[in-house]
Amino acid sequence: MTNGMTLPMWAEILASLLLVAGSLLTLIGCLGLWRFKNFYQRLHGPTLGATMGMLFIVLASTLVFSMADEGPAVYEVLIAVFLTMTAPATTLMLARAALYRHRRGRQDLPPGP
Amino acid sequence: MNGMLAWASLFSLLCIAVAMLLAALRLLKGPAAQDRVQGLDILYVCTMLMLLVLGVRTGSTAYFEAAVTIALLGFVSSVALAKFLLRGEVIE
Repeated sequence: MTNGMTLPMWAEILASLLLVAGSLLTLIGCLGLWRFKNFYQRLHGPTLGATMGMLFIVLASTLVFSMADEGPAVYEVLIAVFLTMTAPATTLMLARAALYRHRRGRQDLPPGP
Repeated sequence: MNGMLAWASLFSLLCIAVAMLLAALRLLKGPAAQDRVQGLDILYVCTMLMLLVLGVRTGSTAYFEAAVTIALLGFVSSVALAKFLLRGEVIE
């Protein structure tokens, strides 16, 4: 690492934990995207990464840049707010499109849980 | 900044890279069109997370603009593709 930032010990431990937790949540969500059986189950997996994984990584980034620079860093919060608003809208529209295509194609919907 | 945050960000980058690989496999394999659109959607979210982690790792704030741009354009493209699957045209 080539930057000259110096962080206090607790901030570094907390940021490391948040980074590891967020990336593991994203990986688990994408594992669900790959492993689940049908489309409606696969909609649920990656939201883990899009909500909590994103939130943890944004918190780690905010912590690191707030401790390194002077003054709080608020630029990542913009990303968090925007993604929290847009991810459910995308999922909802995709689910409606998939339902429409299923019905138009005269295919049987997969059974519920 | 010494070792711990460097190792944590490296591990985080590797995890997100594997997640992007899984999303790309779903994008290539997906039996129907909506599976491919969902794979693309998750791929841009993972790309944005990877840019944030790279910003932490290098200590540079230049990655944030790229992350915001990817978030905006990815949302618009996902909504446009979902509208296209729903109606057959993007703007009605």
